[in-house]
Amino acid sequence: MAEIHNYTMNFGPQHPASHGVLRLVLELDGEIVERIDPHIGLLHRGTEKLAESKPYNHSIGYMDRLDYVSMMCNEHAYVRAIEQLLEIEPPPRAQYLRVMFDEVTRILNHLLWLGAHALDIGAMTVFLYAFREREDLMDCYEATTGARMHATYYRPGGVYRDLPGSMPRYQPSRFCSKRKARLRNRDREGSLLDFLETFTGRFPGCVDEYETLLTDNRIWKQRTVDIGVVSPERALQLGFTGPMLRGSGIPWDLRRRQPYAVYDAMQFDVPVGTNGDCYDRYLVRIEEMRQSNRIIRQCVEWLRKNPGPVIVADHKIAPPPREEMKHDMEAMIHHFKLFTEGFCLPEGETYAAVEHPKGEFGVYLVSDGANKPYRLKIRAPGFPHLAALDELARGHMLADVVALIGTLDLVFGEVDR
Amino acid sequence: MTASDPWISAQADWLGDRAEVRADRDCPCLMTSAEHVLDILRHLRDAPEYRFEQLIDLAGLDYAEYGQDEWQTEEASAAGFSRAPAAATSARYSFANPHPPVTQNGRFAVAYQLLSLSHNRRIRVVASCASGAWPTLPSVRDLWQCADWYEREAFDLFGIVFEGHPDLRRILTDYGFIGHPLRKDFPLSGHMEVRYDPDLRRVIYQPVTIEPRVTVPKVRRGQDHG
Repeated sequence: MAEIHNYTMNFGPQHPASHGVLRLVLELDGEIVERIDPHIGLLHRGTEKLAESKPYNHSIGYMDRLDYVSMMCNEHAYVRAIEQLLEIEPPPRAQYLRVMFDEVTRILNHLLWLGAHALDIGAMTVFLYAFREREDLMDCYEATTGARMHATYYRPGGVYRDLPGSMPRYQPSRFCSKRKARLRNRDREGSLLDFLETFTGRFPGCVDEYETLLTDNRIWKQRTVDIGVVSPERALQLGFTGPMLRGSGIPWDLRRRQPYAVYDAMQFDVPVGTNGDCYDRYLVRIEEMRQSNRIIRQCVEWLRKNPGPVIVADHKIAPPPREEMKHDMEAMIHHFKLFTEGFCLPEGETYAAVEHPKGEFGVYLVSDGANKPYRLKIRAPGFPHLAALDELARGHMLADVVALIGTLDLVFGEVDR
Repeated sequence: MTASDPWISAQADWLGDRAEVRADRDCPCLMTSAEHVLDILRHLRDAPEYRFEQLIDLAGLDYAEYGQDEWQTEEASAAGFSRAPAAATSARYSFANPHPPVTQNGRFAVAYQLLSLSHNRRIRVVASCASGAWPTLPSVRDLWQCADWYEREAFDLFGIVFEGHPDLRRILTDYGFIGHPLRKDFPLSGHMEVRYDPDLRRVIYQPVTIEPRVTVPKVRRGQDHG
């Protein structure tokens, strides 16, 4: 009988460590991975095709659902592409709001990544800690936009509305005693900016807590150090962006190198790794949370001092205020036209990218002068990252595949689109 | 980015008549053809004055319905609201009378977005595919490894064949999928639907039961439109 060396194993599509619906066909030699063939597309919804059949402003909500843990950053790339073609600039307050929520989103994303990644490699507690802080940030989303996740907050020409003056509070109930409600509401007496400011004061301490659990933890280091090492040259070849590229030691951050919105006015550092392994990418992302926290503080300070409009006054692009529509016929017509037909973009092509928590998220927009995109291509950072999984995992053990999927920070909403 | 950018006018020297340079709003764009695209991309990657180390994105394009309205906006007919043409675009697709396939030259193209980290520059290269039985382009997988999956995606969604690609399989669509969904003559609803059959007690595939319809017609209005 022939001696059998390799065997093929199926991983997923429903597997808790696959972060969604990922199917891997693994070729193993014992426990050593010889080859990985990822099968993606199980969450393919045809976002790009759908967007071609809708006016521009109807597709903003689809952007939230691409990478459904960093919702507003996706929207940012999309509205920026539209703004580039229209050649309009949102008012400064809208730009600061965008930067603030981009960074809130970055923390949200990294917290989920940290929790899930640690859970995959066997550290249960971090997940619970990370979700405690996520809850506060989700409350900010909800207070501002009305939705905890799928916000549809960024609009071409600005943002949907200004920040609320108060935070929602907990009511005493069967599940929440009066004392507990009072404790939880302690930070919620003031406005959303007050709440966020208190959060930013507390958050670096929380990051220290995660670090005490992981950074010097022997098991954590055994599972991540020297796993999935990527050299800077390979990282460029493989199309890595964001923390994956910075983990390999390349100090490339779009917020710094090609600043958009008001990132050029922000003080922050760009962390880079040295070895390009899973542990370095973990350190980079942890430091990014601290830097995001810094940026949020700067935005809060600016937003307190500078009231103003949050969306352009051009009613061909942004809807008129509700009160105006009650007595002004022109405003009424603008509203009707905007929500039935939308607006037409000038003919042309553009590519707009943002530094998404996972890497470079880009939108390539081709307009033939109509009210719908002629072609919308979404450049999802997770797509090239997952494509590199085969190269990263070769020669590693089967259990390391889980650590690698974690370090890639995959969300299938964006990989499959 | 404007046409007077000295960086753009300097491109004419080495490109010759192989490509046309266009100043887009975000970055310069080189329009080229399938025969020259590989040389141009290799030069852009390797020449010290360009050094586009990264292929950020690769997008298929289908120009079959470029610039077509679904709705006459200039003149109203006596019939009032019946201004929409019968089936001008794929949005009004009819399964009974499918559109004849459009085979005009230059229908398919691929847009490459390149990024140079050393010079902090972006450039876009749009290459129109060679037409034949399949629209074809040379594969750039040997220049940038990440093109592997991008090319599989463009093949899957547009049916563009990349010559020299070692493993051109479908990537995003279902196992056993027929057609190329991002082509303009592919209906939005698709051709097949999946449902659970209580009699057979399993999931089955069947022809779609949705009628394609247009919720918002596509219109093009000039920039002076008030």
